[in-house]
Amino acid sequence: MTWDDRGPEDEGLRPEDLGPDDDDDGVAASFRPMPGGAVAYFESAQAGVIRSLVSQIAELVSADSTAAEAAEAGTESNALEAQLGLSSHVELPDDPVLARLLPDGYSEDPEASAEFRRYTEETLRSGKIASAQTVLASLPSSGGEVRLSEMECQQWLRALNDVRLALSVRLGITDDNEDFSQHLAADDPRSAYIWVYQWLAYLQDSLIEALT
Amino acid sequence: MTGQETALDAPWVTLVWNDPVNLMTYVTYVFQKVFGYPKPKAEKLMLDVHHRGKAVVSAGTREAMERDAETLHGYGLWATVSHDS
Repeated sequence: MTWDDRGPEDEGLRPEDLGPDDDDDGVAASFRPMPGGAVAYFESAQAGVIRSLVSQIAELVSADSTAAEAAEAGTESNALEAQLGLSSHVELPDDPVLARLLPDGYSEDPEASAEFRRYTEETLRSGKIASAQTVLASLPSSGGEVRLSEMECQQWLRALNDVRLALSVRLGITDDNEDFSQHLAADDPRSAYIWVYQWLAYLQDSLIEALT
Repeated sequence: MTGQETALDAPWVTLVWNDPVNLMTYVTYVFQKVFGYPKPKAEKLMLDVHHRGKAVVSAGTREAMERDAETLHGYGLWATVSHDS
């Protein structure tokens, strides 16, 4: 995961690119309902940010998946597990972002948690990768109008949520009511991502609103 | 009644834990979508999670609760399976 050290200039990102769009054209960077789904218009900077973050989630989640490990190392046990859709992982991942995306299934029973992870983690990983791929397939890097079916909306919701979960870990957001912008020094490169985090919340909320 | 019988009789539950990231609208939406709960019930559960730190969102067999937790993990909610004791 690279967003710890990546600054806003890398993506030509300015806070004003991300918030509710008050340009003269009156097109907001948020979702509106349409028959059978939802529609939104993205500037290229906005599309770039979403694509970059969603790709990073997909990479992170697939990197040490059992299927990937079996394909690379070719260890026999992993190959069998991968074929059966089982995970070779039984413990909470060390990476705090992965730990948040792939949480334990039992809070007070490590043994049950390990077994739960063995049977569910690979499916959970592939679901997250599939959501990310849906976003990447439906959002052109040049931006523009994005029209989503109900099914694609579901995938977008999950992918946007995964990105926000990951960002929250990297930004150290731990409390409901905290003003988390106080966490970071003004020159901390992560501070630009507070805007991203807030904009993605706004975007996700607009998608839920469009669906209900 | 022995302790073991009590444990066997007690239903299993799925708990959802509060976190500062998942939007209240999203959590409500997921409860409606996953469990088919009407909006008022989904909202009440969401508020329970928010104010009390966690809430029981479903009860039943251990297998069913593990499926619920797995589904909720797919949505990015922090869910665990537990004995209702």
